[in-house]
Amino acid sequence: MKTSRSLLRLLFLLPVAFFILFYFYPLAAILRLSFAPQGAVAWDALRKLVSTPYYWRILWFTTWQAAVSTLLVLLLALPAAYVFARYRFRGQQTLKTISTLPFVLPTVVVANAFTALLGPNGLVNGWLVRWFDLAAPPIQLNHTIWMILLAHVFYNYSVALRIISAFWQHLGDDLPQAAQMLGASPRRAFGAVTWPLLRPAVLAAALLVFMFCFTSFGVVLILGGPGFATLEVEIYRQAVNLFDLPVAGALSLLQIVFTFGLMVWYTRAQAGMTRPLTLHASHQTARPIRTVTDRLIVGANLGVMGLLLALPLAALLLRSFTGANGLTLQFYRELFINRRDSIFFVPPGTAVLNSTAYALATMLLAVALGLLAALLLTQQATSRLTIDNWQLAISNFLDPLFMLPLATSAVTLGFGFIIALNKPPLNLRSSVALVPIAHTLVAMPFVLRSVLPALRSIRPSLREAAAMLGANPQQVWRHVDWPLIRRALLVGAVFAFTISMGEFGATLFIARPQSPTLPVAIYRFLSQPGALNYGQALAMSSVLMLVCAVGFAAIERFRAGDVGEF
Amino acid sequence: MAKKIVVFMMLLLLAGCGGEAEPITLRLMTHDSFSVSEAVLNQFMDETGITVEVFKAGDGGEALNQAILAKGDPLADVFFGVDNTFLSRALDNDIFIPYDASALADIPDSLELDPEHGALPVDFGDVCLNYDKAWFAENGLQPPQNLDDLVKGAYAGLTAVQNPATSTPGLAFLLATIADYGEDGYLAYWQQLVDNDVLVTSGWEEAYYGAFTAASDGDRPIVVSYASSPPAEVIFAETPLDDAPTASVIGDGACFRQIEFVGILRGTEHEEAARQLVDFMLGQTFQEDVPLQMFVFPANDTAVLPPEFVQYSPIPANPATLPPADIAANRERWIEDWTNVVLR
Repeated sequence: MKTSRSLLRLLFLLPVAFFILFYFYPLAAILRLSFAPQGAVAWDALRKLVSTPYYWRILWFTTWQAAVSTLLVLLLALPAAYVFARYRFRGQQTLKTISTLPFVLPTVVVANAFTALLGPNGLVNGWLVRWFDLAAPPIQLNHTIWMILLAHVFYNYSVALRIISAFWQHLGDDLPQAAQMLGASPRRAFGAVTWPLLRPAVLAAALLVFMFCFTSFGVVLILGGPGFATLEVEIYRQAVNLFDLPVAGALSLLQIVFTFGLMVWYTRAQAGMTRPLTLHASHQTARPIRTVTDRLIVGANLGVMGLLLALPLAALLLRSFTGANGLTLQFYRELFINRRDSIFFVPPGTAVLNSTAYALATMLLAVALGLLAALLLTQQATSRLTIDNWQLAISNFLDPLFMLPLATSAVTLGFGFIIALNKPPLNLRSSVALVPIAHTLVAMPFVLRSVLPALRSIRPSLREAAAMLGANPQQVWRHVDWPLIRRALLVGAVFAFTISMGEFGATLFIARPQSPTLPVAIYRFLSQPGALNYGQALAMSSVLMLVCAVGFAAIERFRAGDVGEF
Repeated sequence: MAKKIVVFMMLLLLAGCGGEAEPITLRLMTHDSFSVSEAVLNQFMDETGITVEVFKAGDGGEALNQAILAKGDPLADVFFGVDNTFLSRALDNDIFIPYDASALADIPDSLELDPEHGALPVDFGDVCLNYDKAWFAENGLQPPQNLDDLVKGAYAGLTAVQNPATSTPGLAFLLATIADYGEDGYLAYWQQLVDNDVLVTSGWEEAYYGAFTAASDGDRPIVVSYASSPPAEVIFAETPLDDAPTASVIGDGACFRQIEFVGILRGTEHEEAARQLVDFMLGQTFQEDVPLQMFVFPANDTAVLPPEFVQYSPIPANPATLPPADIAANRERWIEDWTNVVLR
């Protein structure tokens, strides 16, 4: 018994070990090389950073655009989360899938979808010019802050939708109804009862969206244009174009310290607001659409989703089937032909297999490590009365640490891998294993943020009751915890899969042998002129969307040890 | 596939015939745009018994920086694709072992920029303005002949260029303006371009597939691209074309010549094999494969160009050039000054 318990403890330390090895060690190595190449710290870069107003302007812009983007995402996704949590309607699952597809698309492709719709010669401007007989296209969004905000909403909508609705589904209506019976208006019942209960999930989603927008790279560079720069863009410019590692390192440090501070604040706020809840099965809380009001609420939200998410995706899909002479399958057929006998030709099947293999490996790794990390954090939190304060302190410290990869510049970490992982047994620099490892660093925070609110809201009394009735710890886990966190875990799994599919983050800066994935193939097509190349890039993007959609469907259907539907 | 099996069997045979040295695997590190025909690479592997593994490490700058960071224990044996805008960075960090390849005799002196022969010229390409032929015909406007034309009123709002801080062709175009108008004059020229409503994008893809009228829903009929883009438009056309839909502006000084180099990475354990690979890359077979694989011109004069290149991609007689040392010494300041004039 004792040995198995200590073994279990070791298991919980796995995520910590993973982080030390693949995050802190490479990061420390690159920062050391940047600041102290000869051993002595060169303070110049930090001084330059502090004394240059330009960098402070960049930090300010990075912060406010991320904050505004996050607010917009919440504003639009919160009502939709309500609709998805409270109503049952046909096509619900499909819509959720569609809402997540933007996440995997390369920014250049998304930029072109927006140009096709909103550009100077785009669909919408074309209509407006014709209808109102205008001289010039009225909508000029390209290279403005509006384009950045729009794209951030497009990319991150589903993060908020999925995390919040998964949590909301388990909240019963009994408490707000009780409040209304006691005389509270619906608005007051929401403000005083539902909102406080929902807040942990909303904050978790907000945090993830904020971090993504804070480290936004492609969207700012491509859609915002050269007039805008986030910290991430500036770090890339310093590290790659100017090869000024001290300044790049100093900016990375600034980025990390800033987000760490934010995370510490969040962890404290979160700890104060989570309360154990009676969680309900989703079929108890959702209802079909009946009244006109129902119809209006659901319709309005679906309308927003259609305009914001489905329309650009549809434009891409349509374009991949449209040639100079109308509808065609030519671009798809061409994917299978190696016209120039290139050794880098990738048959679409191979690219699909490579991408899927990486994504599955990432998903398994991220879910396993994320779940262990979540358990590690909650075990210490729930038993805080009986446990020393230092353990609580560790939990308050660990939680923010696990989030850091999301806030770390991809180029910094990628360069860190090169100089740190160069000796056996860790000579992973050019190994395929580095790809899922790098993806997992980014994916794990998603699993963690998704699972923690659910895990923290399980009433301890449920576990205690089960234990009193004779259940052993495994049975308690299987019959109490698992059913309640399963949905949240699946949300995390979907995002882990998605992050890997879209090749998010540091893998762009890893030298890799020939195992080309779908995004790599898309970039190859986009890097050369010619209508056929562009068409094939869009065809491959559509294949990527299809593979993801199939992947989501498979993950969502996953029923481990049929323990009742939640 | 069959070829691969044959190569594999041959390797097995070689390995099995006791006394033979163990088959060598060479690692070739390069940027994402690298490409080669399967048949050409197999020819090298068949002839030498050396296996080649290709590692791609991002764009030109990203790959080079990784090679420099890994200097102590290199990621590969041979590095392909450092260009003249980055050459000084590679040479200052001393990542290449000098090699006097015999093929240098067939390569024009104007391409040889490293007197130590650590970085050997392997191909070149010219960054030029491309224009949409149909657009200019429909609008009854003469296509631009040189950089001066871009600041004329008739060409207002027609041009898309890339940010030199984030894009290789963007940097090349900036260098062309510096070579043409001098350090004292280029900023004034850019101010005129800005006044003439030039569009600046972050990368080539957004300019070409996002703004160029010949390739997108955009509204810019002039874009900074490559002299080899028009033949690519023909080769990768949806339906066979009789003529290229675009053309390059190749007047004197209008294009900037990018030269790419290959080198043996210091620290390799297979220097002899690496030399064989470099010889092969500078030799006729590989050099004739270069145009249709990477859309650049072979450095070796003996290589014969494919017909599409002869027809649609005339080589500019007098491209703009700047010494790599000048580029290295001033790049940061030039970009900074450019940013202040054009973006802020």
